[in-house]
Order: sequence, then structure tokens, then C-alpha cells
Amino acid sequence: MDISLKNVEYRYQNNTPFERLAISDVSINIESGQYLAIIGHTGSGKSTVLQHLNALLKPTKGTVWIGNREIRAGRKEKNLKEVRQKVGIVFQFPEHQLFEETVEKDICFGPQNFGVSEEEAKRRAKEAIKQVGLHEEILSKSPFDLSGGQMRRVAIAGVLAMEPECIVLDEPTAGLDPRGRKEIMDLFYRLHRENHVATVLVTHSMEDAARYADEIVIMHKGRVQKKGTPYEIFSVPEDLLELGLDVPEVVRFQLKLEKAFNVKFGKICLTAEELTDAVADYLRGGTPK
Amino acid sequence: MMEKMIFGRYVPAESILHRMDPRSKLIIVFLFVCVVFLANNLWTYAILTIYTFLMAGLSKIPPRFLIGGLKPVLWLVLFTFFLHLFLTKEGELIFELGWLKIYEGGLRQGIFISMRFFLLILVTSLLTLTTTPIEITDGLEHLMGPLKRLKFPVHELALMMSISLRFIPTLMQETDKIMKAQTARGVEYTSGPVKDRLKAIVPLLIPLFISSFKRAEELAVAMEARGYRGGEGRTKYRQLHWAAADTLMILLLAAVTVLLILFRG
Amino acid sequence: MGKPLVVLDNVSYQYDSQEDFALKNVSMKVYEGEWLAIVGHNGSGKSTLAKLLNGLQFPTEGSISINGITLSEDTVWDVRRQVGMVFQNPDNQFVGTTVQDDVAFGLENNGVPAKVMGERVVDALSRVNMESFLDQEPHHLSGGQKQRVAIAGVLALRPSIIILDEATSMLDPRGREEVIETIMKLQQEESITVISITHDLEEAARANRILVLNKGEIYREGTPEEIFQMDEELVRLGLDIPFPVKMSKQLSEKGVVLSKYYLTEEELVAELWTSHSKM
Repeated sequence: MDISLKNVEYRYQNNTPFERLAISDVSINIESGQYLAIIGHTGSGKSTVLQHLNALLKPTKGTVWIGNREIRAGRKEKNLKEVRQKVGIVFQFPEHQLFEETVEKDICFGPQNFGVSEEEAKRRAKEAIKQVGLHEEILSKSPFDLSGGQMRRVAIAGVLAMEPECIVLDEPTAGLDPRGRKEIMDLFYRLHRENHVATVLVTHSMEDAARYADEIVIMHKGRVQKKGTPYEIFSVPEDLLELGLDVPEVVRFQLKLEKAFNVKFGKICLTAEELTDAVADYLRGGTPK
Repeated sequence: MMEKMIFGRYVPAESILHRMDPRSKLIIVFLFVCVVFLANNLWTYAILTIYTFLMAGLSKIPPRFLIGGLKPVLWLVLFTFFLHLFLTKEGELIFELGWLKIYEGGLRQGIFISMRFFLLILVTSLLTLTTTPIEITDGLEHLMGPLKRLKFPVHELALMMSISLRFIPTLMQETDKIMKAQTARGVEYTSGPVKDRLKAIVPLLIPLFISSFKRAEELAVAMEARGYRGGEGRTKYRQLHWAAADTLMILLLAAVTVLLILFRG
Repeated sequence: MGKPLVVLDNVSYQYDSQEDFALKNVSMKVYEGEWLAIVGHNGSGKSTLAKLLNGLQFPTEGSISINGITLSEDTVWDVRRQVGMVFQNPDNQFVGTTVQDDVAFGLENNGVPAKVMGERVVDALSRVNMESFLDQEPHHLSGGQKQRVAIAGVLALRPSIIILDEATSMLDPRGREEVIETIMKLQQEESITVISITHDLEEAARANRILVLNKGEIYREGTPEEIFQMDEELVRLGLDIPFPVKMSKQLSEKGVVLSKYYLTEEELVAELWTSHSKM
């Protein structure tokens, strides 16, 4: 299932004195099985774009295609459930959406809203809880007796149990410690690789964008500033720095090295391993590859 | 989803009404609410209307804000008008269509009472449009100051009010966020049968309650850490300044009152 | 090093509902003018420690003294005047309806006369570069700005110590940088004592000293350089290694000779340049 935004504009509080333009002329294409990262400052319009991906917001201009469903500006849209089942969103601090008495009920809530039978929902809950790295025993506990990190995982399991074809992540690791952060990011990546779930990651972390995504979209002041593979995006770091955005640490370090040695390594390295090899080769041979 | 509320919001501007002491504004609104009931004929309503429009002009609030703010209550005003028009059976019969009879007294009552209603709403919304909620709270705290001697928790109430005001936007954002998160999990808030929509409130309210309790707890800790221990020995950052304009405005309303008494039938 | 401002002597703490101690036999000193970072993964006991330092909770065993005052129910308000605290959630500590009201809140609580307050509010806000936001409402501020207002609220009270309890963990990179820069400036230029409780290693790397907590106990203490030599051990504790250290290590493994693991990119680049450029 593909999702595409075509010349989308969105205004908050449209037609009131408090009207505010959030995004304009945004065109993005997400193919099935892709891993796309959207980066940009707070207020760049990333979150607004995200909410269009399963019709939580409807464009004030332009069109959104979610699979074969068209959502067009200025038209009443009904029966969006089907669309929402296909695109699961993990919001920032998703643990805030938990409400049921038990973890199991909370995870089953989404699937059952989409018409899945109780048995099937329970089966999915069991599977999802394992996917997020928690023990089955936790299913019978109240979500409010868990630690913050566990609550986050339960909330994520609730979205996974919907078995969406595309999963949208809004800063899914905010507030977690380094270990928790890595585990959560790896979990989504595994899901992407093994089950071919299309993944959209909205993030501030250039490291994550570089490591996981196969395409990056940079948002700036409500517009798409740039699109490309991580190599394309980070090999022109000046463009990012100009927007006040960071580049991954690896890239930053490579730039510093290149400046000090007054050479170019030929390509931008996106992992510490790659850069180590490039540096070691250079120091040994004296010439960049 | 919760962004269309514009009724009664503060609109910043440079005007004499904006600069006035909240205490005098509160006193004036309170008096006006009483004085409105003195009007009972064309002259007295004319005086009140002129006074109200004068105030609206002084506020320098763009008319579209005033009208925009009044729109939601305009239906109530109209409803009041028709209620009196059809139900009052006094004076000459001036119109008849089948069972529908309109009397002169009904028309007059309808116009006057809806006019009264309209003026009251306009004046009170002028207060909220030209005074920040926190100024209103400060004004109320000062005006109710004497009640402290009767052990009435004036300070606590004022603090409660200002904290609620501070957190309204935060809670609205939170509500919006949770509604969206649950919508993404298949809940319908804007369509579907009423029964389902009522059920949809639970997954919204519980997270809201929980996060509010958490907020309250953290806020209490933060306040304690910053040395808060009740109203005693506390000083006030915001000082209110009663200026000549405040006295003059009250005198103006007093003059209007005198006129009303003179011209009332 | 200056005189010890904070002294913890064998402090333990146990929450009512829990069997395990949240803190076990913690003894430590914080010296005047230093920046001490307390690091540990979520649940290592670091937030409990923060609450103890401000008398929001009292130790089950052991004693805490701050600036010579032993912390107890009787002295808690005197201690709070010395210890300013900035919490994790920028929203849940913003009491005032506007920036200036919020900064004034602590002053009001301490009975500072209205005449003096105005000056101190503006002064505190200008020290965190927020003086142009006096009348701004909290929901129009970014997380980083709210945290800087919180710091101003603390500064206005002229405390001797500022404690940051995971104050940057909910911020975006820009906000995090703003807050860290502000703290660095305050510590270096105004020699304010800073205790920052964090799991962000970039933040900890800027401190003078780091204390690693694990399972409620002090696991290791040292300068950032010393701590980050721990390497994989930090990862096992649920923490991370700063990038330059990671890079130094990988380079050494590839046979690039380095005299040590560097903490900053600049130092590492410099060593690579001086020792290898002439090959």
C-alpha cells in the first residue's frame, strides 16, 4: 500500500481570526515496505504531515492518497476506519493513551474497534507483547502499575496489534534512557525488515535517520525543503547546517577531520565503522579512496 | 479538533479600557448588571444603548471580534425575543394570522428584554475582551480581600483560579492529542451512532484524568520546591493601580444611573 | 576545589510500598562552584536523590547537610531557599500565567517586597536570555524556553545550588543545547554550583565530575575522562558512550595509535593531525 501527499496545504483554525498556515505544497510519496524519515525543527510542519497519513487531519488544499482511498480538500469524508486500520500511529509519549484496566484489554482495544474478534485480538495481544520485549505475565496487570518504559512498550504493542501495513512513529523514544532508546528503535527496524511494514519516522535524531531510513525528507517552515537517500542528504551537510539542523555526529566528525587534514575522503560515512575504515585507510596509505 | 473557541478571549489593544484597573472594571460590570433593570421605556433603553456602544468604541476592539464573540449567544437573544413576542398578551392586537396573535405589549416586551439581554452580554464580554484572566483574578482577590477576616480562603481561591487559567490551554492540547491517538486506534468522535460516541468518551476521559492527576502532583512538588507554603507572608508581584480614569468611569456610570432614574416611566 | 556545600553521609531511602532500597548507603560531597553530573539509567535512584537534596523526601537512614545546615523538617524551608530545582516536565512546573509571573512566584513565596521583585525578575530573565518574553504565555513557548524560565525562577531566589532533575530529557536537540549552554554560562561565569541528574552523556561530559549510580548505589565517581574510559561497562549500565570516545576506541582497534580515548572531537582531531599528518 502506498501513501502519497499531493500538493497538500493545511491551515489550523481555518477561516477564523486565529488562522495559521502549518504546511503548504507538500508532496511526499511513501511506497510499501519503505522506511522514510521526516526531519525538521519543532514547528517545521512534521507533525502536521504525520497526521495526514491516516486522515486525522484533512488537507485544506490538495489530495492525500492512502492506498486506493482518496482524501481530497473540501470534501466530507466518511468511513475512515478502514484507512486508520492500515496506518498505525505511535504518537509522542504514547503511554498517555493507555486507559484500560489490564494491559491485555488495552492492547485489544484497537483491533476490536476495527472489528477483530475477541479471541483473535487476544492472540494478537500475546504476540505483540512479545514483540515489544515484555513478558506475557504482564498482560493481566494494570498498565498503571508499570514503569514508564514498560508503559511505552504496552502502548506500542497496542498499535502493533492492529497489524497495520504502515506504521508512523512520532519521536517514539523521547524521554527514554540510551538503552531503552536503542531497544525501541531496533524493535521497529526488525519489524520493518522482517514483516516489510512501511515505516515513517518523525525524528530530531539525525543518527536514527541516517541509521535506519532509506529515504529522508527535510521539512522547513511548512515546506519540503529536500528529499533523498541518507547519502544524498548528508553529503551536502552545508544545506542542513544552514537550516540550523544538525548532521549525524559521524558526519560532523568527518567534516572536522577533512578540514584539519585538508582532504576529502571521497564519500560521506554514515556509521562510525565506515568512518574508522576510511580514516585508517587514509592514515595508512595517505590517499583517500 | 478543539480549536474553534473564540468566545470571550482576551484581545490585546491599546485603549483606555485595557489600561483600567480590573477592580474598577469589575465594579462597573457589577453595577451595570443591576442598573440595566432600571430601564423600562424607550428613553432609558436609548441611554443604556448609547452608554454600551460608547464603551465598545472606547475598547478599540475590532467589531468583527465583538460580533464573532456574540454570535453563539445571538440565538438565545432571538429566542428570548420570540418567546415574549408570542406569549405576552397585553395592549392592542397588532397582527393576526390564524392562531398566531401578536400584541403591542408583546412586541415591546420582546424588544426590551432581548435588548437588555444583548447589552448585558456585550458589557460582560467587553470585560473579558479587555482584561486578561489573570487581571480579573487579581481584581477579584483584592475586592474580596475583606472576606479574609471571616476566614474565607480568598488567596487559595485566587491561586486555584489562576492555575486553572494557566492550564486550560495545556489541557486543551492534551485533549486534542488523546482524541487523535484514540481516533488512530479506531474510535469515532465525530461520526457514528450516539451510543458509540458516548462510549468513546471513556478512552478520552481516563487518560485525561490520569495525566491531570500526575500534573497536579508534579506541580505541587514544584511549588513546594519553590517555597510555596500558603498565603501567609506572601507578597504580590502584580500591584494594581487605581487611576483618575477609573474614578471617572465609575462616576460616568453613576451619572447614567441618575439619568435612568429621571427618565424611567 | 572549594568547600563542600552538600554533604551526604550514608544516606539510604526506601519507598513505603517497595522492598528494595531506592538508595543504599550513599555518601558524597558536592563542592562550591563545581558542576556535578549524576548519571544512571531510569530507575537507578537518581531522581530519588534529587528529591532528598531539596527536602521533598527525607532519608530513611543517614544525614544530609547543605551549606552547614542539617536537613530536617525544621530546616527544610531554609534549605529550599539555598537549593533551586528544575524538574523534568517543562509544563508541570510553570505556575504563572506569563513568564514574568512565573519567575516572580518564588519571590512572592519568600515575601520579597513588590518594589524589589520587578528588578529581580528582569535580571534573572536576562541571565537566561529570556528578557524579551516577559508577557509571553507558557503555551506559546518551546520546551527549551520554558526550562530557561524555570532556571530564571530559581536564579531570582539567589540560591547557592541549582539541581537539574533530568531537565533536558523532554526537550528537542535545540532546546537541550539552549539549556546546557545556559547552565554552562551560569556555572563558569557566576560560579553557581550545579548538580545535574541526567542520562544524557553529552550533558554529563560538560560537568567537572560525574557520579554513576546503579541500583541505588554509587557505582563509580570521577572526571568525565575517567568515567568514559569505562567504555562497554557504561553500556552494560544502560548508558551510552560519547561519540568521540567510541571513535577513539574503534580507531585504536584498527591499529591507529592514540594516547588515550578522547572526550571531545576537537582533541581527537588534533591528536590524529599531530601524530599522523606527517606520515
